Amino acid sequence: MSLDWGVFCLDTIDKEAVKGCFGSGQTQTYLDWLLQAWGQTVVVSALSLTVALVLGSIIGTLRTLPGNPVIARAGNVWVELFRNILLLVQIFLWYHVLPVLIPIFVDTPKLVLVVFGLGLFTSARIAEQVRAGIQALPRGQRYAGMALGFTTFQYYRYVLLPMAFRIIIPPLTSESMNIFKNSSVAFAVSVTELTFFAQQAGEETSKGVEIYMAVTALYIVSAFTINRVMAVIEKRLRIPGFVVNTGGGGH
Amino acid sequence: MDFSFFTLEVFQGFVLHGLYFSLALTAVATLGGIFFGTLLALMRLSGLKLLVLPATIYVNGMRSIPLLMVLLWFFLLVPMIVGRPIGAEASAVITFVAFEAAYFSEIMRAGIQSIPRGQVFAGQALGMSYGQNMRLVILPQAFRNMLPILLTQTIILFQDTSLVYIITANDLLHGFSTAGANLSHPREAYILAALFYFVICYTLSWIVKRLQLKIAIIR
Repeated sequence: MSLDWGVFCLDTIDKEAVKGCFGSGQTQTYLDWLLQAWGQTVVVSALSLTVALVLGSIIGTLRTLPGNPVIARAGNVWVELFRNILLLVQIFLWYHVLPVLIPIFVDTPKLVLVVFGLGLFTSARIAEQVRAGIQALPRGQRYAGMALGFTTFQYYRYVLLPMAFRIIIPPLTSESMNIFKNSSVAFAVSVTELTFFAQQAGEETSKGVEIYMAVTALYIVSAFTINRVMAVIEKRLRIPGFVVNTGGGGH
Repeated sequence: MDFSFFTLEVFQGFVLHGLYFSLALTAVATLGGIFFGTLLALMRLSGLKLLVLPATIYVNGMRSIPLLMVLLWFFLLVPMIVGRPIGAEASAVITFVAFEAAYFSEIMRAGIQSIPRGQVFAGQALGMSYGQNMRLVILPQAFRNMLPILLTQTIILFQDTSLVYIITANDLLHGFSTAGANLSHPREAYILAALFYFVICYTLSWIVKRLQLKIAIIR
C-alpha cells in the first residue's frame, strides 16, 4: 500500500491541489485544517486543565480541613459524582441539557461548555490526588505549623500545600496527559479538534490512513511534550533532601 | 422535564441490548486485556532486547493516543487486513482488547515487580523452570496484589465502552440516546443515562474499596 501525502495539499472544498500546501484567503487546505484542529485540541486541553487544577486543588484541600465534616462530605460527594458519570455523558449533559435547564447558557459557545465538562470531570480526579498528597505528609508538619501560631489558612499555604503539590507532580503529569487525550471526546459535540478532524477528513478524502497517521503523530508529539515539560517542572521544584522520586515524570 | 416516557418496554426495547453489549465488551476486553497485558509485561521484564523493545513501543504508543483514535484506526484497518467489512461491534471488541492490553500490562508489570526477589530465587532453588516459577509462584501473587487496581481499571473500561459512539456501535449509551431521540425526550434520556451509569460505577467502586480493605488486612 502506497501512501499519498498529497492529500494534505488539497483544498477542503473543491479538492484541488493547492500550491505550497497552505491555503490563502478563502481557500483552506487539509493541512491548514489539521493545524487548526491541533490548536483547538491544545486550547480545550489547556483551559480544561486550568479549570481542573483550580477546582481540584480547592476541593481536595477542603476535604482535608480539620473539624469540618460537612465540607469534607460535600467534597466527597463532588468527587464521587464527577468521577462516576462517564465523560461523554457529562459532555452531553453540559451541551444538550444545561442550556435548557438554565437559559443563561443558551448562547455559551460549545467550546466553553466542553471545557467545563472536561474540567469538572478532571477536577474530581485532581481533588483526589491533592487530598492524598496532603494526607501523605507526616502529621507533625501540621502541628509544627500550628505551634508556630499559623492560622489554618497560613499553615496550609506555607507548610502543607507546597510539599503536597511537589509529591503529586507525577500523578498530575499523567492527569495532564489524560486531559489531552480526553479532549478528543469534544468531537461528540462537533468541536473541530483533532479527532473530529480525523473522522471528517478521513471520510471526505477516503485517505484515512494518511490523515490518521498525521493526527496520531500530533497526539504522540503533544503527549511527549507534556511529559518532558512536567519532568522539567518537577526537577526545578525539587527540594534537596525531600521527595525521593527521581524518575522523570509519571509514565 | 418529563421522565414518564421511560417505561419498562422502552428499557427492554432500546436499552437492554446496549447494556448487554457494553457488559460483554467489558468482560471480553478485561479477560483478553489481562491475558495479552500479562504477556506484554513478561516481555518487558524478560531482559531480552528483542522482546523488551517492541513491547515497550507498543505499550507507550497505545497509552499516548486517545482511545477514540484507536477505535477509528481499527475500524479502518481491520477490514483492510481481513479483506471484508466486519461491523462496528466486532471492530470495537478487537480494539478494546488491543488497547486495554497496554494498560493492563502496566498494572501487571507493577504487580510482578512488587513480588520480593526472594520468591523468584526460592522457585529457582526448587528447580522450577521459568514457566513453572511464573505460573505457580509469581503470577498468582501478582494478581492478588493487583486485584483492586485491575478491578478499578475494569470500571474505567466499562465507562470507556461508551466511546464506541464514534463508530456507532450499539452500546448502553447508544441505547439511551436512541430511545431519547425516537420518543422525543433526548434530554431526559441523557439524565437517565447519567443516573444509570452513576449507580453502576459507584456500586462497583464501593465494592472494590471494600475488597481493598480485606486484602490489605490479610497481607
